[in-house]
Amino acid sequence: MRYRRPGLDGLTHLLLIIGVVIFGLPLWLALTASTHSAADLQNGIAPLWFGDQGLANYWQLLSQPMPGLGVSALRLLGNSLVMALGIALGKIAISLLAAYAIVFFRFPCRTLCFWLIFVTLMLPVEVRIVPTYGVVARFGLIDTYAGMILPLIASATATFLLRQCFLSLPSELFEAARLDGAGPLRFLKDFVLPLSRTNLAALFVIMFIYGWNQYLWPLLAANSPDHATAVISLKNLVQSTDTLPPWQLATAMTLLTVLPPVVVIVAMQRFFVRGLTDAEK
Amino acid sequence: MTTFERHSITPWLLLAPQLAVVAIFFFWPAAESVRQAFYVQDAFGLGERFVGLANFQHVLTSPGYWHAFGVTALFSLLVAAGAMGLALLLAVLADRVLHGAKLYRVLLTWPYAVAPAVAGLLWLFMFDPVLGVLTHALAVFGVHWDAQLDPGQALALVVIASIWQQMSYNFVFFLAGLQMIPASLLEAAAIDGAGPFRRFFGITLPLLSPTAFFLLVMNSVYVLFETFATIDNTTLGGPGGATRTLVYKLYEDGFVGRDLGGSSAQSVLLMVLVGVLTFIQFRYLERKVAY
Repeated sequence: MRYRRPGLDGLTHLLLIIGVVIFGLPLWLALTASTHSAADLQNGIAPLWFGDQGLANYWQLLSQPMPGLGVSALRLLGNSLVMALGIALGKIAISLLAAYAIVFFRFPCRTLCFWLIFVTLMLPVEVRIVPTYGVVARFGLIDTYAGMILPLIASATATFLLRQCFLSLPSELFEAARLDGAGPLRFLKDFVLPLSRTNLAALFVIMFIYGWNQYLWPLLAANSPDHATAVISLKNLVQSTDTLPPWQLATAMTLLTVLPPVVVIVAMQRFFVRGLTDAEK
Repeated sequence: MTTFERHSITPWLLLAPQLAVVAIFFFWPAAESVRQAFYVQDAFGLGERFVGLANFQHVLTSPGYWHAFGVTALFSLLVAAGAMGLALLLAVLADRVLHGAKLYRVLLTWPYAVAPAVAGLLWLFMFDPVLGVLTHALAVFGVHWDAQLDPGQALALVVIASIWQQMSYNFVFFLAGLQMIPASLLEAAAIDGAGPFRRFFGITLPLLSPTAFFLLVMNSVYVLFETFATIDNTTLGGPGGATRTLVYKLYEDGFVGRDLGGSSAQSVLLMVLVGVLTFIQFRYLERKVAY
C-alpha cells in the first residue's frame, strides 16, 4: 500500500509493545510472586523477578489440602476440567442435534421450537439464579457435576451458530445425498459433521473457556469442597484470613487456574477469533 | 433448503434433549421468578401470600436499588469507554503492522481466557496495601490507596480489572472490523490527499460504528453479569455499597438475606432490562443489514 509512511512503523511497534507489557504485567507479577516465600513477600513491594521457592509453593498447592477448603489444587483443577468439558461437549451435542432438526426437517411447530430456544440467547443463569437453585435442589442435583453443568447448558448460543452454519451448506449436497439413499443419520455423520468441523472447533474453544471460568453458579451448586472448582477456590485464599493473605499461594493458584484456558486460546487462536466473531453475529 | 419429509418422529427425537434442558433449567426457573415476584414468603419458607405488585413497588422505591442501578450504569459506562478506547487504539496499531501481526494478536487477546474472578484477584494484588506495585507507585505521587475504605478507589479497582479483561474481546471485534474495510477505499482517499487522521475520522471510524454499537451493548451485558465474580473476589460490594451492582444486590438479597419475593422482583426487572438491550441490539443490526 503506497500511502503508508514507513517512519510511523517504529512508533506503531513501540506503542504495541507498551500495550503488550501493560496487559502482561499483572500476570508477570503474579508469576514472580508465586516463586517467593511468605517471609520474602512481607518485605514491602511485590518482586519483579523470580525467587527460589517456586517448586515448594506449587508442590504445596498440588499435594496438600488447601487452607480453608480441605482439598488439594489437583482436585479443584480436576473439577474445573470436568465442568468445562461437560459444558462444552454437552452444549455442542444437544445444540448440534437441535440445529440439525430445525434446518433439515419440516414438522409442525418448527418455528415455535426455534423461538423457544432462541429466547434463551441473552439471558444468563444469573438473572434467574434463586429459582434455578430451587429446581436443581428439587432434582437432588446440588453438589453433583450434573447440577453444576446442566443449567449452564440451557442457552441458545451454540444452536443459533450451528443453524447459521448448516443453512450455508449447499443444497445440492443434500439432494446428492438423498439420491444415494442416505438417511438422516448417515447424512449427519458423513456430510454435515465433516463440513462443520471448523465451526465445531471454534464453538468448543469458546464454550470451554466459558465453562472453566464460571463463578456464581458453581459457587452455589457445588457447596462442598469436593466439587469446588479452581476459580471459586481463589477467594478462600485471599478473603478469609484476617492476617496478610498468603499471596505466594494465591498467586500460584491463580497461575494454575489461568493456564488451561490460556493454553487453549493460544493454541487454537484461529478457531478462537472465528468462534467469537461468529457467535455474536 | 430441501428437507427430509417422510420422518415425523426423528426431528422430535433430535430436539428432545435441548428442549428438555431449556424447559427444565430455563423456562421453569424463569416462570418461577415471575410467579414469586408476586408473592411474599413467611420467615420460615412455609407459607406464601399473594401481594400483587407490592414486591416491585418495594424494590423500585428503595434507595438501595437505585443506588445499585446507578453503580451498574456508571460501571458500564466506564468499562465501555475504557475497554473500547484502548481496544480501538491497539487494533488500529495492530492492523497497521506488517511484521509480527499474529504475535501481537495473541499477546493482546489472551486476557479473554482469564476468568473475571481471576482478573479481580490479579488487580487486587497490584493494589495490595502492603505489596501492591501500583499502591507504591501511587504513594510516590502522594496518593494514599486503600480500596477497602475509599468508595471511589474501590470502584476504580473493579473498573480497571474489568477494562483489562474486556479489552481483548473488544480488540478482536475491532480488528475484524478494520480488516473488513476495503483497502481500495483508503487508498482512494489517500490519492485524493487525505492524511492518516482524516482517513481515520472520515472513513475508518464511520465504518466501524456498527461494531462499536454492538460492543457497547455487549460491554454493558458483561458488566451486568460477569463482574459479579470480580466484585466478589475484591471489594465484596463495598465499601458502603460503592461497588454493589444489580446482580450483586440480587445475590445478597436472595441468598444472604433470603428475601425471595424481593429478589424475584429484581430478577424480573433484570430480565426486562436485558430484553430491552437485546431488542435494541437486533433493531440496530437489522437496520445495518438493510443498509
